[in-house]
Amino acid sequence: MILDSKIPAGPLAEKWTNHKFSSKLVNPANKRKYDVIVVGTGLAGASAAASLAELGYIVKAFCFQDSPRRAHSIAAQGGINAAKNYQNDGDSIYRLFYDTIKGGDYRAREANVYRLAEVSVKIIDQCVAQGVPFAREYGGLLANRSFGGAQVSRTFYARGQTGQQLLLGAYSALSRQVANGKVKLYPRTEMMDLVVIDGHAKGIVTRNLITGAVETHAAHAVLLCTGGYGNVFFLSTNAMGSNVTAAWRAHKRGAFFANPCFTQIHPTCIPVSGDHQSKLTLMSESLRNDGRVWVPASQEIAEKLRKGQIKANDIKEEDRDYFLERNYPSFGNLVPRDVASRNAKYVCDQGLGVNETGEAVFLDFRYAITRDTREIIEQKYGNLFEMYKQITGEDPYEMPMMIYPAVHYTMGGLWVDYNLMTTVPGLYALGEANFSEHGANRLGASALMQGLADGYFVVPYTVGDYLAQLAPKQVDETHPEFARIKEEVQNRINMLLQINGTKPVDYFHRRLGKIMWNECGMARTIKGLKGAKAEIQALKKEFWSNVKVMATNEELNQSLEKANRVADFLELGELMVDDALHRNESCGGHFREEYQTPDGEALRDDENFAYVAAWKYLGEGQEEELVKEELVFENVKLTQRSYK
Amino acid sequence: MSWVTKTLNSTLGRKLIMALTGLFLILFLSGHVSGNLLLFKGDGGQAFNMYAKFMTTNPAVKLLSYLTYISVLGHILYSILLAQHNKSARPVPYSTSKGSTNSAWSSRNMGVLGTIILIFLVVHLQGFWAKMHWGEVPMVTYAGEEYKDLYLIVNEAFKQVWLVALYVISMVFLGFHLSHGFASAFQTLGLNHNKYSPAIKMVGTLYCILVPSLFAAMPLYIHFSSY
Amino acid sequence: MKLTLKIWRQKNSTDKGGFVTYVADHVSKDMSFLEMLDVLNDQLTERGVDPVHFDHDCREGICGMCSLYINGKPHGPLQTTTCQLHMRSFSDGETITIEPWRAKAFPVVKDLVVNRSAFDRIIQAGGYVSVNTGGAPDANEIPIPKNVADLAMDAAQCIGCGACVAACKNASAMLFTSAKISQLALLPQGQVERKTRAEKMVAQMDAEGFGACTNTGACEAECPKGISITNIARMNREYFSAVVSSDTM
Ligand SMILES: Cc1cc2nc3c(=O)[nH]c(=O)nc-3n(C[C@H](O)[C@H](O)[C@H](O)COP(=O)(O)OP(=O)(O)OC[C@H]3O[C@@H](n4cnc5c(N)ncnc54)[C@H](O)[C@@H]3O)c2cc1C
Ligand code: HEM
Ligand code: FES
Repeated sequence: MILDSKIPAGPLAEKWTNHKFSSKLVNPANKRKYDVIVVGTGLAGASAAASLAELGYIVKAFCFQDSPRRAHSIAAQGGINAAKNYQNDGDSIYRLFYDTIKGGDYRAREANVYRLAEVSVKIIDQCVAQGVPFAREYGGLLANRSFGGAQVSRTFYARGQTGQQLLLGAYSALSRQVANGKVKLYPRTEMMDLVVIDGHAKGIVTRNLITGAVETHAAHAVLLCTGGYGNVFFLSTNAMGSNVTAAWRAHKRGAFFANPCFTQIHPTCIPVSGDHQSKLTLMSESLRNDGRVWVPASQEIAEKLRKGQIKANDIKEEDRDYFLERNYPSFGNLVPRDVASRNAKYVCDQGLGVNETGEAVFLDFRYAITRDTREIIEQKYGNLFEMYKQITGEDPYEMPMMIYPAVHYTMGGLWVDYNLMTTVPGLYALGEANFSEHGANRLGASALMQGLADGYFVVPYTVGDYLAQLAPKQVDETHPEFARIKEEVQNRINMLLQINGTKPVDYFHRRLGKIMWNECGMARTIKGLKGAKAEIQALKKEFWSNVKVMATNEELNQSLEKANRVADFLELGELMVDDALHRNESCGGHFREEYQTPDGEALRDDENFAYVAAWKYLGEGQEEELVKEELVFENVKLTQRSYK
Repeated sequence: MSWVTKTLNSTLGRKLIMALTGLFLILFLSGHVSGNLLLFKGDGGQAFNMYAKFMTTNPAVKLLSYLTYISVLGHILYSILLAQHNKSARPVPYSTSKGSTNSAWSSRNMGVLGTIILIFLVVHLQGFWAKMHWGEVPMVTYAGEEYKDLYLIVNEAFKQVWLVALYVISMVFLGFHLSHGFASAFQTLGLNHNKYSPAIKMVGTLYCILVPSLFAAMPLYIHFSSY
Repeated sequence: MKLTLKIWRQKNSTDKGGFVTYVADHVSKDMSFLEMLDVLNDQLTERGVDPVHFDHDCREGICGMCSLYINGKPHGPLQTTTCQLHMRSFSDGETITIEPWRAKAFPVVKDLVVNRSAFDRIIQAGGYVSVNTGGAPDANEIPIPKNVADLAMDAAQCIGCGACVAACKNASAMLFTSAKISQLALLPQGQVERKTRAEKMVAQMDAEGFGACTNTGACEAECPKGISITNIARMNREYFSAVVSSDTM
């Protein structure tokens, strides 16, 4: 089978313009005859739902939270990239494109990434018009900050709450369409399965999380904007409810899953404090603009520190190792995330870790505070410092922060073509749920950009092109396929409720997370991965015979919700391990210990692995089939990434 | 519904009425207290009685007094409407609530404070205002002109310890009512600004101490000076 | 630490509900409040008791989903969200009372979970700038003074958790509503719809059954994002000037 990525012909910079022109259009009067389902109301979902409704389509929008405004995008802190070049520091669409391709360690599609960089400038315009209060300079123009992996200042931000402000902007556009009657909202409703009829996506099956009612919804196209699957690791910076269920069910109905093992481990998170830990908190990457990362230069000092005999501030300047600045003089503390994370793990593995568990490094603001005054630092990062203090009980203005890498983002996801359509016609995937623009590593502030690019500026054209080829008649919800899949969903729910084992859902989720973190996390080995696969299979068996899910379906039932999600994580985990096992190279967030350069950097194998690994589901208990989409680089030259 | 009734029935409109009537009553109290300072003059009540006559006969003052009646009634009516609405907004109460950690006592008890002021008002109006208007009041003559001797009535009344006590205590409650009400009215009107709000708060604090204290001093002064 | 938990349990919106007392043992000071409840819930599940339902998602203090009324205060003793509250704020042997937000407009769904869709409807009434995707001018075309942008951001920080309603003795939603009205009234982009926005959002807020404002300031004191009641004053201004000058009859 050959995957057709539908990349338009022509020069890179003209592809999108040409493609838009050659896309078919739906006559304005006919638009209201088409129904579109949008699952997820994060940046991708809310922007898509609002934009499609503005065009005139009838949209149904779903989310599992009580309000669309609470989608996980709300938690993004640092900022959003755009090639505006307002700072006159040499930025351009091409540079953003180039940085993103390089940052992704050359495992993304050129055409998609170029389009992303191209529409990035319009995103900022759109958000400002909605009333998003981005940070500004005294002259009233927009301010920028720098982010990892770039040498220009192109990140727009709203204090430490950029995701919140962007999402509230998209949510307000969505709310306007709800008021106009163009969007019907289904909060606290979880997508449980996808309905495919004659090879085309025609609807979904949902569970009303309050009443438990399992329902069907028909439409001409289905957009999955359901976010990432980082919670397969149990501990991650994702929201507790973030899950893979929608994407995974779509996968099992025919959508290929691409590069599942590409996970981003974020270098600046608050370290784990104990077994009770339920999630990890990110300290925005923007902190690396002003904070310096270090560990003690010797194991003895680190040892004393861990035992509490000395404090960080007691350590003399010459006994500190600013390992990022030392190893990467030109990017310093602003190297990309995968590099920063791996270096932190490396120094901790050498016994230089600075907290009780030995799994933490310092992020120090002392220098910035003496240079810029405390007020300025407070203005920039006040809320983050506050959050840090709240969680750890320590004051980062006085003591350096302790940080450690944590699972943060999943570059993998549903395979999509240039139109963001999956391998199931009529089924689209947007935002973090798809695999597209970030290759093997995402640069900071690019996920927000991608979510909004997909929703505001890509899908309104590409969905129209698909719909224009369908007859404007209602989708038949009485088709037996709807009833069949609804029954399957109900059966699965009943099965989960009937197991009545002895262990709560979290027990299994935590164990799965441990396996994934240890063997499929920051560093992976063939041996570890093989062991992990067997362990996951055993755990899955145990789950289906010993999980305890309380109460009934016909009520708000949070343990049932979790059980349903963890069941899918267990299957996904195995696929991630398969993917990591097959990719015999290191690239971006995927670091196989067998493949590294003499100085410990990721060693890519462009000859054999410059492709997207798309996995096809073949049936219960069968190994999935690997389908490759070869990546063609016509504009950038593949080089060893260097941030030295 | 016209836009006027719609506005006045909205929560914001109702509060607007509370604030406007409240502020008018504050103005009224200022006038009232300054006039009544004549009680301290020690001239046997001549100035006070003349002032009282002026107040009941001057047409401009008449107009103001009608405004005052409307304000009192409006203030009370809308406080009842608001209280009902606010109560219905939380049908199931909390089992424990620590309001004291987030707000001032007086702000949470405006209704109670107001009700006590209302009881006081009834007693006060019936004792002096009704008497002055319709009751039997002995007359005095100054420079050939006849005046109702309200001063005498006041003097007689404040010989009763309970009445003095009621007045003093009520003024304490009025003080509390205004300790929140004064600044609150400005906030309701939307007048909250870094530059002016501190001044408003300060004037409010001064007012809620000074005016009720002066009012309270009157029965005390009369009670104790008549021995 | 060992704690006694008095938790509101209510099967569904029609059930009367009541307090049930549980004991939480081996609580560590480093746990977050919700992690303490996670542990309780795992124990309850193992004992065959339906776990205590409560809303939460980001656990970072930004999504506004968590919403517990702890010991007589929304989000507990600190001015933060429930998910950012840690057990070091409590002492060994303490009894902790946990209730849902209480307001007519926030009916209880189950246990500690309430329905806050009234907030969404207030935003739908006008909490937006009517711009379609694609038609926006360059972002730097209209300079906005930094202090204005900052003020707008102060208001825009609202996470919509509803602690203001929960804290208010009148269950009033003025702080929430005024934060959005203020944000858009301050920014040039919000001017065009300024009047109708204020009128419609206030009308919707009233229709939802929220109480009026007594200006006690409890909302501001409890707001995890420190949204100021100067926004309420601004909303009042906006509303009063809108009703006297707008075209709506
Ligand atoms: C702490 C943190 C900080 C970050 N900071 C940045 C940053 O500074 N810059 C940046 O660019 N990126 C950042 N990111 C990444 C970025 O926030 C996300 O990748 C992005 O917001 C994802 O948006 P989305 O729309 O794809 O999905 P989400 O926002 O995750 O939305 C998912 C939606 O799908 C719904 N959903 C999921 N499953 C189902 C289902 N089965 N049924 C129904 N609905 C479902 C949810 O309810 C939700 O509405 C950060 C991420 C984290 C975790
Ligand atoms: C001379 C007497 C009075 C004065 C000067 C006065 C003044 C005020 C003022 C200025 C306010 C603030 C309005 C606002 O917040 O916008 C107020 C509020 C209030 N007053 Fe009075 N008042 C008086 C008597 C009364 C009486 C007799 C009652 C009750 C029966 C009353 C009940 C209330 C209540 C309940 C409030 C709070 C309303 C709310 O915000 O919910 N007051 N008063
Ligand atoms: S869980 Fe998101 S704010 Fe508390």
